[in-house]
Amino acid sequence: MDSKIDSKNEVPILKNKIGLEKKDYAGGASTLCTGCGHDQITNHIISAFYGLDIDPYDVAKMSGIGCSSKTPGYFMNKSFGFNSMHGRMAAVSTGAKIANHRLTHIGMSGDGDSISIGLGGFCHVIRRNLPLVYVVANNGVYGLTKGQFSATSYKDSTLKSGEKNPFETIDICTLAIDLGCTFVARSFSGDAKQLVPLLQAAIKHHGTAVIDVISPCVTFNNHDGSTKSFSWVKEHDVSLQELGFIEATEAVNVDYEEGSVELIDMPDGSKLKIKKLVSREHDVHSRLAAMKVLYESKANGELLTGLFFIDENQKNLIEVLELPQQSLASFQGMDLRPNDLSFKKIMTNFS
Amino acid sequence: MSQVNDFVINIATVNGSGSQSANTILLKTLFRMGIPVGGKNVFPSNIQGLPTWFWVRASKKNYTGRRELADIVVAMNPQTLLSDSKLVKTGGVLLYNSDMRFDLGNLRKDILLVAVPIKQIVDSVAAQGKIKKLLANIIYVGVLADLLELDREILNSAIKDQFDGKESVVDVNQQALEKGLEYSKNYLKKENFPYRAEKQDEVNSQTKGKIMIDGNSAAALGLICGGATFSAWYPITPSSSLVENFSKYAALLRKTDDGKNKFAVVQAEDELASICMVLGAGWAGARSFTATSGPGLSLMQEAIGYAYYAEIPSVIWDVQRVGPSTGMPTRTAQADLLSSVFASHGDTKHPVLIPGTPGECFEFGQVCFDLAERLQTLIFVLSDLDIGMNLWMEDEFKISSKAYDRGKVLSEDELKKTTNYFRYQDVDGDGIPFRSLPGVKHPAAPYVVRGSGHNSKAQYTESGDEYLEVVDRLTVKWQTAKTLVPKPLIDQKKAKVSIVAYGSAESAITEARDLLRKEGIETNYMRIRSIPFSLEVEQFLSEGQRIYLIDLNKDAQMLGILKMELPQLGNQMISLRHYEGTPITADKISEFVIKNERG
Ligand SMILES: Cc1ncc(C[n+]2csc(CCOP(=O)(O)OP(=O)(O)O)c2C)c(N)n1
Ligand code: SF4
Ligand SMILES: [Mg+2]
Repeated sequence: MDSKIDSKNEVPILKNKIGLEKKDYAGGASTLCTGCGHDQITNHIISAFYGLDIDPYDVAKMSGIGCSSKTPGYFMNKSFGFNSMHGRMAAVSTGAKIANHRLTHIGMSGDGDSISIGLGGFCHVIRRNLPLVYVVANNGVYGLTKGQFSATSYKDSTLKSGEKNPFETIDICTLAIDLGCTFVARSFSGDAKQLVPLLQAAIKHHGTAVIDVISPCVTFNNHDGSTKSFSWVKEHDVSLQELGFIEATEAVNVDYEEGSVELIDMPDGSKLKIKKLVSREHDVHSRLAAMKVLYESKANGELLTGLFFIDENQKNLIEVLELPQQSLASFQGMDLRPNDLSFKKIMTNFS
Repeated sequence: MSQVNDFVINIATVNGSGSQSANTILLKTLFRMGIPVGGKNVFPSNIQGLPTWFWVRASKKNYTGRRELADIVVAMNPQTLLSDSKLVKTGGVLLYNSDMRFDLGNLRKDILLVAVPIKQIVDSVAAQGKIKKLLANIIYVGVLADLLELDREILNSAIKDQFDGKESVVDVNQQALEKGLEYSKNYLKKENFPYRAEKQDEVNSQTKGKIMIDGNSAAALGLICGGATFSAWYPITPSSSLVENFSKYAALLRKTDDGKNKFAVVQAEDELASICMVLGAGWAGARSFTATSGPGLSLMQEAIGYAYYAEIPSVIWDVQRVGPSTGMPTRTAQADLLSSVFASHGDTKHPVLIPGTPGECFEFGQVCFDLAERLQTLIFVLSDLDIGMNLWMEDEFKISSKAYDRGKVLSEDELKKTTNYFRYQDVDGDGIPFRSLPGVKHPAAPYVVRGSGHNSKAQYTESGDEYLEVVDRLTVKWQTAKTLVPKPLIDQKKAKVSIVAYGSAESAITEARDLLRKEGIETNYMRIRSIPFSLEVEQFLSEGQRIYLIDLNKDAQMLGILKMELPQLGNQMISLRHYEGTPITADKISEFVIKNERG
């Protein structure tokens, strides 16, 4: 980052490598409740893109419906956005990405949006390994419809009214791992140190990157008896690793004890730095280990956060479809109309 | 004297028995002999073991629509032998598999019975195993080849093409064909056979420059020529073969020099996803479509309203089938008209293109994207099973030379020269705003597309006035659409009686009008090809005295829409409805009109 002195105010103005200030990544004013976890996520997304020197024009912001799905309006005004339908973010993103895979797509969704009405889309976008940063802002309730239980609420957790949830919870991370997701992480909206590098790695990831971000709903699910409140998360959050992100252009000089830090190569040469915590030995390249560590932590009553699984070697959907470098959207008439000769040849099948 | 180049053959078999190849060979042979033909497949929603019928109509008068009765019935299915025998016209022929050991002696005195011991003939062919089972079908083709005097050389070429030149398969089929012919020569009395096919020479050929094609293949080719780069779909009869053919032909026609695909097809998890993928791609600037049928259309509702309100170019190709719910998936209807025009909740109205032939499927496959992008909206194309899956004779397709109309899209350079660009503002007074595509690097370009209330600047709103500004513009756009959609086809004879039809009813019209003319009733004809109705539709209706409107649905859906859109004209029409799942016949139309005219 460069810093220049503004002659009038004498305050240093920070700019990233493409000459943009952080405010160039801002969006409209948020209309969410004051203190909503989703607004924290918005800020971390701004930091992540700013820090990666990504031009907002090269990003498309996708979402479904819900308070969480409103967030694309609150970051990166210079990016196009698609605030779609309830549960349809994944499918809409699939079409948008295929039409123009040169853009980076970030999908914002909620636990209702992804794990109830959009569960089919969630599963199938993962199966296809669409290059997509898939953020589930998980508050355990339907915020926008005023606080009904969602499918990620824990069994026996309570609503504000005291009503108990009689049903099992769906765990976004174990589900994603089971579905073959190539990047699975969990974080907390209040944990910038963990979430920003996770978002940055997800942005650089080759396929679908699911981040389950616990994001408290201060209005409907921040009471005692909730397992998605700020206090509950703070008390139960256990970090699996310390994370850092190193851009491709940065020199890698980390001093660390032998074996305690792993550098994961992202496709563009950047690296995700994982500092393992002594008591938590976990291999992020093993689905089995990821499942085990998640099940164990849950049994211990912990909320485990961090990167659980990553695989940069699977083909993504764009590769499976054998698309050219050029985006499909940019092809014009002369590129698309068949030539007369090959068309005539096909006509002979019908005579 | 035999009836030449004018007969209907109905071949009754069991599905999954491989009769399709034999029937295609028969049809293609007649076609290549220069005789106009049509082929209609009546099949069950089932993979194996249920009755299926294939109707071949040869007609030097170009009447290729369905008829109630056949001149020749080939009865191969014991389950339906009895009812099939009733489908033979008086004076016609029942050619039946005599292995069935069924005493037909007293069944019908008014037709010619021709017994063919299929099994015995198959056994005389030196072939083994699975293939042998399939030969039963080619035997009846052999018998018919002798009786109808089909051209041997052409027949051989049709066999070769059918089996893709695979020598062993071609050989064994030719052998079986030969045995069928031989049997006929030795045991059947050709002089009693009332029908004959006569090859037309180059000059007289009625099929020169023509092709035999189904509407789904035609649509696939049209969509490719029309620049479709993306399709998402979920399999459903009778639309599946459309996207399957799109994939097949795009793989041949749409590669980059280094072998990459200039197209993408995704088989989605359901129709909710398929239409949403199409919207994502349409928003991003690709020409994209989905193909579906009734149940799929129902699932797509929410997204259809989104496309309308957020103004995303997109295409739904609906190959209609019969009934509410699952209905009868393998039968034809035009019953999705209302649920297309007014699809989705809230105030919506969508342009609908209605092809009447595979040729128009090819044409509309190209036109639909120009309209979707020009009008920035979702366009429906309503085909049906009769057009989509049956074989029609059409002029050979030629790719349109008209440049694509990509509509009002602002590039970076254009944006630099534009002040005050707002996504949903009507600048030209035609109700169509300008749009910008993701990836365009200009501060005015980006916007968040949303299905929630938005103003002309694409900002969220809950203001009534701002809401009105956008939706009232959509009404202006609807008016503009009237000037752009395909015009009706009109044959104005200044007669007192007019017939109005749309879609696949076309196949019965020429014959119906000829029948009426013979009865002294001259008719005008208009085939509606799109909604909203252009001025020509209004004018034709205002000039008519007694107007018969044909709907292939129960509740006269087109009549309903005409009454709504043209209230001053819609009330004078006499409604003829046909909705049992079969294509309408010329007889049904002419009898209905005669009855009404004569009182
Ligand atoms: C098809 C449909 N059904 C229901 C709704 C109503 N609705 C709006 S938001 C929402 C739940 C959102 O919950 P979640 O995705 O968890 O987002 P949050 O508001 O909690 O961030 C529902 C049910 C809708 N918009 N569309
Ligand atoms: S209702 Fe809950 S989720 Fe919605 S904005 Fe308020 S705090 Fe956030
Ligand atoms: Mg929620």
